[in-house]
Amino acid sequence: MRNPAPVATGLYEKRKAVFPRQIDGKFRRLKWLIMAVTLTIYYATPWLRWNRGPYAPDQAVLVDLAHRRFYMFAIEIWPQEFYFVAGLLIMAGIGLFLVTSAVGRAWCGYACPQTVWTDLFQHVDRLVDGDRNAQMRLANAPWGAQKIFKRALKWSIYLAISFWTGGAWIMYFADAPTLTVDFWTGQAAPVAYATVAVLTGITFWFGGFMREQVCIYMCPWPRIQTAMLDEKSLLVSYKDWRGEPRASVKATKADPEGKFGDCIDCNQCVAVCPTGIDIREGPQIGCITCALCIDACDRVMKQVGRPRGLIDYATLEDAAREQAGAAPTPHRKLIWHPRTLVYLAIWAAIGLALLFALGTRRHLDLAVQKDRNPPYMLLSDGSVRNAWTLKLKNMEGRPRRMTVALDGLPGAAMWTDTIGRDQAARRFTTTVAADAIAPVRVYVAAPAGAHEDELAFVLTVDDREGGHDRVETRFDAPERPEGEER
Amino acid sequence: MLESHGAENRKIDEATGVETVGHEWDGIEELNNPLPRWWVLTFYASILFAIAYVVVYPAIPGRHKASDGMWKWSSRGALAADVAAADKARAPVIAALATTPIEALPGNPDLMEKAVAGGRAAFRVNCVQCHGAGAAGSRGYPNLNDDDWLWGGDLKTIETTITHGIRFAGDDQTRQSLMPSFGRDGILAPDQVSDVAMYVRSLSGEQAANAATRRGGAIFAANCAVCHGPQGKGGRQVGAPNLADHIWLYGGKQADVVASVTNAHAGVMPAWGHRLDGATIKMLAAYVHSLGGGEKFAPAAAPAPVADSATAPAPAGAAAK
Repeated sequence: MRNPAPVATGLYEKRKAVFPRQIDGKFRRLKWLIMAVTLTIYYATPWLRWNRGPYAPDQAVLVDLAHRRFYMFAIEIWPQEFYFVAGLLIMAGIGLFLVTSAVGRAWCGYACPQTVWTDLFQHVDRLVDGDRNAQMRLANAPWGAQKIFKRALKWSIYLAISFWTGGAWIMYFADAPTLTVDFWTGQAAPVAYATVAVLTGITFWFGGFMREQVCIYMCPWPRIQTAMLDEKSLLVSYKDWRGEPRASVKATKADPEGKFGDCIDCNQCVAVCPTGIDIREGPQIGCITCALCIDACDRVMKQVGRPRGLIDYATLEDAAREQAGAAPTPHRKLIWHPRTLVYLAIWAAIGLALLFALGTRRHLDLAVQKDRNPPYMLLSDGSVRNAWTLKLKNMEGRPRRMTVALDGLPGAAMWTDTIGRDQAARRFTTTVAADAIAPVRVYVAAPAGAHEDELAFVLTVDDREGGHDRVETRFDAPERPEGEER
Repeated sequence: MLESHGAENRKIDEATGVETVGHEWDGIEELNNPLPRWWVLTFYASILFAIAYVVVYPAIPGRHKASDGMWKWSSRGALAADVAAADKARAPVIAALATTPIEALPGNPDLMEKAVAGGRAAFRVNCVQCHGAGAAGSRGYPNLNDDDWLWGGDLKTIETTITHGIRFAGDDQTRQSLMPSFGRDGILAPDQVSDVAMYVRSLSGEQAANAATRRGGAIFAANCAVCHGPQGKGGRQVGAPNLADHIWLYGGKQADVVASVTNAHAGVMPAWGHRLDGATIKMLAAYVHSLGGGEKFAPAAAPAPVADSATAPAPAGAAAK
């Protein structure tokens, strides 16, 4: 530490604008591909159709909050099965750990929505304003007709993309074609308009203006990742032992005796960086590992006739090996290390458990709730009546005939609100609508003198698929004191 | 730059070239990096929001109450608005109930369902004090779940009972009947009361037939059958209980029945027509009817029936869903 020198820092600092240069290369092409795939999934998914028969919506992916159903292709989830969604979220979380352990901050560099939309908006910048130099010139130019026009045009395109982004979100929560018509005719729910407005605003602001500041200042994920990265993690690394001391090609030629590294200090790695950092300063929180600097550096190394990979994906461990003179390990071998395998095992185990639960879950169910007040009562003929509310659950996409039978309590008979006591029997049959729960109030009467006893309701379905459920319950009766005459 | 304690300890951090703030915690120092401008702007925006909040909402504490704020918001007002909104949402149901005669209710399952739900809520407020939360009643207060009715168990009859009450002094059309206190007023001698009680208990099989029940039968025919019927099956015009069934409002042991014959009971139920609107009374009737003992409407032409609930089936739930 040196002695304090007067440093003129303000309390706050304006954002240093970033004007990343257009670059082509294998990682840029990978980014294009991932952007196309992720944006297509996001915008197109709600429009996919999936035939579920006449009793369910035909939208492939639908979060039907109003009817408490979640549809995803062949899977339909009821609210009480929300653990499937929780399981998916846990898998997504562990998936992030897995990806980080295998390929470092790949989520940040390629797939994070903030990265994808920032990338998209930076292409809009290039389309309207031109590449890096033209953008810088325009930013420094005084406000005139041309600048106003270009800014208006650019921000309009931002807004259009943002609106489309917000509009696509709500399509996951209602039938997309219907909602589109309702939206434009002013008949959609207020929450739909509010959601679109908020998401449009956030996309416009975060993608158009906040950009890398979201990653550096707001997002917790880079901070968590710094704790997860270790010497076996793949990072975008500048190989300083090979590059330093850096010198321009001209300086190298002027001093043939000098000892120079491979870096020609052309600053291309800085120019293409979407977060505006200098990777040659070492690993840092601003690096989202998008690898565009690798593309830029490889291109320059080829031009000056030096081997590629001055900036490259490398682990700290492997970099040390390489520095010691060993050949670098191929990337695909660096991916597999114990931590990756442990994460993969946990991730796969949860996935398999969810699949197993999904495959073996029941599509019909009987829930039994006994009246507790009064627990029993006497009828005028002396018989003892108990009452229950049964809930017959039909999770199939078609109506089903279900039979409920009494098991136990000889001599007892049951009736419902629709079947009168004159037709009381040991079983009754009712039709439960498709994809619905039918509550049925059931009265059971046992002959006079009945005692407290075990009792079970048995639900059976006799159609091709069949199935049954059984719930034990209790029949309450008054205790008769010993010796009381009847 | 702000002057602060520890200014003399400021150093330039070697790795970053940034000045430290001068404080040190177990060797950990803080770099004096400037805040991003957007953060500062957000901070100013939140100050403006706070000022606007103080102007618009109650915020400044006073001696007795806080300032009103421009929008005059209060939690009491918010509650009133919620209640008004709920009333508005219920208004169509209330209006439909007010115009629908209760005889037509079973023909409208949707309205019936809403009436039962509303009746459940109204019951909790007005009826549980005597009839209990489960409507199971207690000694002297009838159980509304069972199939035994003093004055009748169809929707219309229940509505009438709720509207006008039973032996309620403030209502001209209240249900009226009075059983004489046979023992206390000296109409029957104590041994005669005992005999007739034995006879009454024999009607439901609680007491085996013997000489006392035979004597009691004669006394019953002379004194009781006029209201309770020759077989003791009750009479609903006068609210005379069915004595041949197993349900005893005031207890079915010999001593209980002797007490009832000696000092007659005359239970009172208030007339709710003075306190509740017609729609609420219909909802209450629908709820009570739905508890499992509700009866179908008696055919209009038939003479007022004295239902024999011990043998005849009690069709539960004319109010089928």
